[in-house]
Amino acid sequence: MLTQALFRALDKKAIWVIAIFLAVAVLVPMANLLIPPGQFGHVPTYLVSLMGKYLAYAILALALDLVWGYCGILSLGHGAFFALGGYAMGMYLMRQIGTRGVYGHPVLPDFMVFLNYSELPWFWLGMDNFWFAMLMVVFVPGLLAFVFGFFAFRSRVTGVYLSIITQAMTFALLLAFFRNDMGFGGNNGLTDFKDILGVSVQAQSTRATLFAATAIALALSVLVCSMIVNSKLGKVMVAVRDAESRTRFLGYRVEYVKLFAFTVSAIMAGIAGALYVPQVGIINPSEFDPANSIEVVIWTAVGGRGTLIGPIIGAIVVNLGKSWFTTTLPELWLFALGALFVFTTLFLPKGIVGLWHQARDRMRRRTEPEERPEPPTPAQSADIERGEDPASFGHEAQPKPAE
Amino acid sequence: MSAHTDTMLYLDGVSVAFDGFKAINNLAIIVKPAEMLAIIGPNGAGKTTMMDIITGKTRPDAGQVLFDGRTDLTRLDEAAIANLGIGRKFQKPAVFESHTVWDNLEMALKKPRGIFSTLFYTASDDDVARITEILETVRLIARKDEFAANLSHGQKQWLEIGMLLAQDPKLLLVDEPVAGMTDSETEETAKLLREISKTRSVVVVEHDMSFVRDLGSRVVCLAEGSVLAEGSLDQVSANPVVIERYLGR
Repeated sequence: MLTQALFRALDKKAIWVIAIFLAVAVLVPMANLLIPPGQFGHVPTYLVSLMGKYLAYAILALALDLVWGYCGILSLGHGAFFALGGYAMGMYLMRQIGTRGVYGHPVLPDFMVFLNYSELPWFWLGMDNFWFAMLMVVFVPGLLAFVFGFFAFRSRVTGVYLSIITQAMTFALLLAFFRNDMGFGGNNGLTDFKDILGVSVQAQSTRATLFAATAIALALSVLVCSMIVNSKLGKVMVAVRDAESRTRFLGYRVEYVKLFAFTVSAIMAGIAGALYVPQVGIINPSEFDPANSIEVVIWTAVGGRGTLIGPIIGAIVVNLGKSWFTTTLPELWLFALGALFVFTTLFLPKGIVGLWHQARDRMRRRTEPEERPEPPTPAQSADIERGEDPASFGHEAQPKPAE
Repeated sequence: MSAHTDTMLYLDGVSVAFDGFKAINNLAIIVKPAEMLAIIGPNGAGKTTMMDIITGKTRPDAGQVLFDGRTDLTRLDEAAIANLGIGRKFQKPAVFESHTVWDNLEMALKKPRGIFSTLFYTASDDDVARITEILETVRLIARKDEFAANLSHGQKQWLEIGMLLAQDPKLLLVDEPVAGMTDSETEETAKLLREISKTRSVVVVEHDMSFVRDLGSRVVCLAEGSVLAEGSLDQVSANPVVIERYLGR
């Protein structure tokens, strides 16, 4: 049963994507550790961490694509699950500091000493165990998504209303985590990490290992997503996206289909957050900022939703642009991001991946000139304008705009 | 109690109002097992609302809706009702356009609908044979790998009928199945529905009188949310009230 599902997951395209990221997981750390600095091919450590950050973002974008591109749930709060996973990892890293903190307290992190805590709050207990912290990385975002999704989907909240409440959810968490007495370090968040699993977080080899772990996690996420979207459940998810009530009349419990996708996606986002935090060295409430979640939507849209490779490309390309802009023209970055989103929506409805398909179709058409279709009739033109012309549909799943 | 045993569908005293407008008013309809019933009536007579009530989309304000003589449909939601064995074909063809013809049928095929059984589903040889058989019945075998979006209107109607067959329901609710079909396709559809009604109950809503005649079934004429006349097509169409309210002069 499981083997058949795995076999289905490893279809033509997914196997390439997985192979590429597994190769990247090996080659980049090797280029960093084995080739001495200054020699051709050496990848500097700062670049390894930067790329690791991008790959963590790519996992987050892929997680969003699973719910948005395939199931039609436009979540504007996915940053919340990412941040919760990040906080769980941050709590583990804080507990590893031990007596090396400014106040030298053996148990309490610095900010707790500063805020006159006498003992650890209950939710910090056990977080010094790596396995327990990793369990929380998966469990906390998963549980929040399950509970939130259970009530939202059961009440049939869809479309823009759902987007708004996901936005409200992440905003509520932002405000909560800003408070000092929440016990998560207030607006400073958690930082000044020292060790992970007994080795220094700053060490070159640790950074290379974290990068490799992120690339492998991305490959596994692609595998899991591919397994889901290529199964019959994946087809039902697309059916829910395109015609929700029709799917209900076929006897599928739409709310459970959505709940499954949403929970799996939140867990993936949480894992991405946990890999992100040790590589950037800080987690603070600004990760809950609704603007962050909206940025994830832009990455996914730019790359191409409803495909597995699209959101990965989108996350990497947009963040490369962000890194470049924020160093050379920092004041223009937000304008560039806004313009990019408008441009994508207007001219690239299927994102970068869609562009590639268009180019390929055009090439094919050029080689077979006699198959050129006749000019559309006025009725068809109207269909094309509304984006409903069947002939203009590619061979990929066809996401409809979120309501 | 005796009134509704041995019925596949039993509606009695059903009423529903939208903003004070009585879309269905004290409606009573009975469909027996392996019986076909054609429902005709003017626009706004409540035909589609009646289907919405049976399939759980709309809850009636009053009345009894029983399936198979015992299950109260007013307490169940759409998915539960579909899984009991009630299949519905919509007025506007509602196929999944970004899926292939084959996948449309695979999703409709009667199989466990749970999340994990769907996730790990692999088509068995029987399933493949069954889908192939349905494709042949609805004459879409040559187009099985095409996207449903690329089918003609009539072919979408047939695909939806195929999806109904794949669901293997005990009761089929078919809303305007022949809209947009050619005459020969219409005849074929009537033949297919007659064949289906040998083993299952079928309720057909249709405006096309020659098609209804082809079905050769009992006819109910609805108007303003209740039954105006009932009987064979000849009896109903000879009814002076029906002529006045629906068939026209």
